[in-house]
Amino acid sequence: MQTAQKTVTTLKEHVVEILSDSGEGAQRCGQTLGAIAARTGNGIWTVEIIPAEIRPPARSIAGASGNRIRIGSTRVSNGGDETDLVVAFNEQVLLGRVRAGELKPGCTILLENMWRSHGDAAIAAAYAETHARLVEAGYRVLEIPMEQACRALVSDPRRGKNMFALGMLCNLYSLELQLAREQIALTFGKKDAAVVAQNVKLLEAGHEWAEANLDFKYVIPAKPVTAPQVVINGNTAIALGVLASGMEICAMYPITPATSASHYLSDVFEKVGGIVHQAEDEIAACAFAIGASYAGKCAVTITSGPGYSLKQEAIGLAVMGEIPLVVVNVQRGGPSTGQPTKVEQGDLMAAIFGSHGDAPKVVMAPSTIEDCFYSIITARRIAETFNMVVVVLSDASLATSQQPFARPEFSESWVAPPVDQSAIPEGMKPYDWNEATGLARRFIPGQPNGMHTLTGLAHDRASHVAYDPEVNEESIHFRSLKLAALQKTLKTPPVFGGDSGDLLVVGWGSTQGAIEEAVATLRAEGRKVSSVHLRFLQPLPGGLKRIMQRFRRVMTIEGNWSDRPDDAIIDEDNRRYSALALLLRARTLVDVDCWSEVRGEPIKPGTIRRVLLDALKPKAKERAR
Amino acid sequence: MTMMATECLLELCEQRHELEDYQSGVPRWCTGCGDNAILAAVQRLCRDEGLRPEKTVFVSGIGCSSRFPHYMRTYGFHGIHGRALPVAEGVRLARPDLTVFVNTGDGDCCSIGAAHWIHAIRYNMNMTVFLHDNQIYGLTKMQASPTSPRGTKSNTTPRGSTLEALQPLSVTLGVQNVSFVAQAVDWIPESLFEIVKAAYHHQGFSFVRIVQRCPEWLPKVWDPWLHDPKRILMLDHPQGMQVSDGLKQVYKNQLAHDPSNLDRAREIASDTDRIPVGILYRNPEVPCYEELRATPGLRTTAKLKQGLEAELDKFTFWPQ
Repeated sequence: MQTAQKTVTTLKEHVVEILSDSGEGAQRCGQTLGAIAARTGNGIWTVEIIPAEIRPPARSIAGASGNRIRIGSTRVSNGGDETDLVVAFNEQVLLGRVRAGELKPGCTILLENMWRSHGDAAIAAAYAETHARLVEAGYRVLEIPMEQACRALVSDPRRGKNMFALGMLCNLYSLELQLAREQIALTFGKKDAAVVAQNVKLLEAGHEWAEANLDFKYVIPAKPVTAPQVVINGNTAIALGVLASGMEICAMYPITPATSASHYLSDVFEKVGGIVHQAEDEIAACAFAIGASYAGKCAVTITSGPGYSLKQEAIGLAVMGEIPLVVVNVQRGGPSTGQPTKVEQGDLMAAIFGSHGDAPKVVMAPSTIEDCFYSIITARRIAETFNMVVVVLSDASLATSQQPFARPEFSESWVAPPVDQSAIPEGMKPYDWNEATGLARRFIPGQPNGMHTLTGLAHDRASHVAYDPEVNEESIHFRSLKLAALQKTLKTPPVFGGDSGDLLVVGWGSTQGAIEEAVATLRAEGRKVSSVHLRFLQPLPGGLKRIMQRFRRVMTIEGNWSDRPDDAIIDEDNRRYSALALLLRARTLVDVDCWSEVRGEPIKPGTIRRVLLDALKPKAKERAR
Repeated sequence: MTMMATECLLELCEQRHELEDYQSGVPRWCTGCGDNAILAAVQRLCRDEGLRPEKTVFVSGIGCSSRFPHYMRTYGFHGIHGRALPVAEGVRLARPDLTVFVNTGDGDCCSIGAAHWIHAIRYNMNMTVFLHDNQIYGLTKMQASPTSPRGTKSNTTPRGSTLEALQPLSVTLGVQNVSFVAQAVDWIPESLFEIVKAAYHHQGFSFVRIVQRCPEWLPKVWDPWLHDPKRILMLDHPQGMQVSDGLKQVYKNQLAHDPSNLDRAREIASDTDRIPVGILYRNPEVPCYEELRATPGLRTTAKLKQGLEAELDKFTFWPQ
C-alpha cells in the first residue's frame, strides 16, 4: 500500500458534516467523532441534522440525516458558520445542504462514488450530473469508494460505512486511533464484543484508506483536559438535572423534540426511585404532575410547543392553587405543528403570559448544555420555595447539540427535602400570605390540622371560595408579589465585552454562544459592541436599564418572528418586535431594536456579525446631523 | 407497660371520629339534589371506617358534583373541568399512604374528561370514583350532557337532544383492566351506602355510577323509576352485595348476579329499561398501576448520589 504525499494544515477550527439517508448511521458517526475530538481536548459542538420523517425515501433531498461537528482548538460555544468538509453517502442528501447555503464555498466533499456505476441508469445519471455541477460550483469533490472498501469486510456495507467514514475522518483530523477504538467500545459496549470488533475493523480500514489515498491532513491543536468533562446533549442534561434535583415524578406525553429527555429518564429514573409516567395526553401529564406536587413531591412535565399550549389551563390551576411545578418546554418551530425537529424561540410570550387571567409564573431559559442541567435544579428549588410554576424554555438546538462541560459535583443542597408531614399550628391558614412577599407555608396532605380544599376558584386565606372583591384582589396581589420577591434575589447579568459602547446586544436561550462569538470577533476588529444574555425572563433581573443606558444602541437577537422594517407596509405604528425586545421596551422604556430569523436552524455567528455591523452603521437620520 | 397501654388508648380515642369531624360548611346544592345523599353516605363511610381526615383526599373536577370536597373536612382538591382523574392519579402515585376519592359528574367524566376516564380504568389505580350522573349540565344551567336521554330539552337542545345517551356502565365495562363497577341510586340510601363501602374496600379503580336527581333542571326524568320500584333491578349475590330483607320487600325485582362474571355484567349494564343497583363487576386480581410501577427499596440521598454518579460516569472523559 502506497502512502500518499501529505499536505498537513494546522487549523484553529473546522466544521465537519456527515450526511446519509436515514438509518445509515451518519449521526452515530458524527457523535462519535465529536466525542473523540472532545477526549483529545478539542472544543466541540455537535448539531444533529434530522429529517422530519422516520423513513424518508432513500436518496432524497429532504431526507438528509446526519451530524455537524464544529471542532476547535479552544472551547466551542455554538455550531458555527458554514461547513468546511462533508462526508456524504449519496449526492442527493448533499444537495439539500448545498441549497440551504450550509456549505462554505470551495468546501471539501468526500462523496460515496458507488452511484456512478449504479445499475439504474437514472441514478447513475443523477449522480454524474450532480457531481459535475458541484465541481463546476467550485467545491472540491473527492469521490470515495466507501461501499466497495466496506464490502471487503462486511456483508451489508450500508450498516458499517459510518465507521469507515469515522476512520477516514480520524485520519484526516489526525485524531488518535486508539481513542476512537475506546470510544467505539463505549458506544457499542452494551452489545457484544463481536459488534465492537467489527466496528473497530471498519474504523481501521477507513483510517488506512485515507492514509493511503488522500494527500491532505489537518491538525487542530488541542489542549488536553485537566478536569473530568461530560459530553451530553441538552435533553440528556435536562434528564440528569431532573435526577439531580431530587424530583421523583416526571409525567409526559410523547412530543418532538422533547421526548428524548423522557426516553433517557425512563431508562435511568427508576434506579434512584423515580418514575416517568407516560400519560394519555398532554393535559393529563400536566394534571398528573400537579397532583403529585400537591401531594408533596414536586414533579416535572416535559413537553414542546403544541403540548405546552394544551397544558395552559392546568398550569393556571397550579398558579391559582400555588402548587410547585416544573414545566420544561423544548421549543420547536410554530405555530401549530410547525417544524417539529427545527429550532425556534417562539414560545417566550406564551411561557410568560400563557393561561388566562393573571397567572404569574417563573420563566427561565438555559443557554448552554451545562445550563440545561443546572436550570432544572434551580427550577425545582424556586418552585418549592415560592410555591410557583417554573417554566424552563429549552429548544431543539440545545436538545440535540452536544458540548463538553465540567463534570457536575453532586451537592445535597440540590435535592428536594422529604415531604413535610409536621402538624399545622393552630390557627394557621393554607394561604396565610406574608404581607411583604406573598409567601405562605405549603400545606400538604397528611399534615394534621391542615385539612382544606384547594380550589381553582377565587379563594381567601382559608381556601374558601370567595367572590368578595377585596379577597379576589388580595389573592391576585399576593400571587404576583412572589415574582417580585424572587426578582429581589436575582443578580444583574454580567456584560460580555466592554461596560459601555456603541451597541449592546441582548439575547436569551440557545443563541448565547453565537452572539458572544460575533461580539468577540467585532471587538477584536475594534468595534465597541457588548452583549448581555438573560437566564431569567420572568421576572427579569434588575439593573438592565442602567446597563442599556451606557450604550448608544440596544438590540436583541432572537429566533422568533419580528417584522422586517424594510417591508413597505411596516412602520413604527404596526411593527411587531421580537418577544424579548417587546418585553425590554416595556420594562425599561429604552428604544430597544431587534433582529430575528425563523429559518429553523441555529443562528450563525457569521450572520450575527453581519447584522451587528449593519446596526453599527450610523442611521440616515444620524448621518444627516 | 401501663404507660404504653394508656398512650395507645389515648391515641385510639383521638383517632375515633364522629360524623361532624368529616363535615365542613353547609352544602350549597339545591334542595332535593341527589348530591346531598351521596355526601351523607360518604361521610358515614369515613366515620365507620375511621378514616384519618388528614390522610384522606377528595379530588374533583368542575360542576355541581365537584363541589363535594368543599363539604368534607379532609384534604380536598377542586381542580379544573374534566381533569380530576389525572390529578388523583398523581396524588396516588406520589403518596400511596393517602386514601383517594374522586367526585366527578357526567359532563366532567363522560364528556370533557372522557379520555382520562378510559385511561384511568386501564391504569387501575387504587381509588374510589363516584360518577354523580344527573344527565344534565347543572352549574352552567341546563345543557344536554352525553348521558342525557335522547329527546332531552335543554338550553342547547331546545327541540330535544338528537343523540342516544352514552351508557357509563357499558363504557367502563368495555375497557381493559376494569376491576370494579357498581351502580347506586341516590334515593335508596341503604344500598347507596353499602355500594360506596364495597367500592372503598376494593383494591383498585372502583367506579360507582350514582344515578342522581337534579331537581332544578331535570326534575321528572327519573320519575318512572322512582314511582315504579319494579323498574329497579336489585343485584344480589353472596360475592357481591346482599340485599336486605327490608329492601327486598320494596324492590321485588331481584337478580342473583355473580360480580365475577364480566359478560353477564355487560348484559345487565346494557338494560336501559331497568336500573340495576348493586355490584356489576369486581375483579380483585387486576394489578394496580402504582404497584406495577413501584420502585424497590428506600429512596435516599445516598442512593440518588450513587445513581447520578453512575450515569455521569457513562458520559465522562477523564484527564489522560
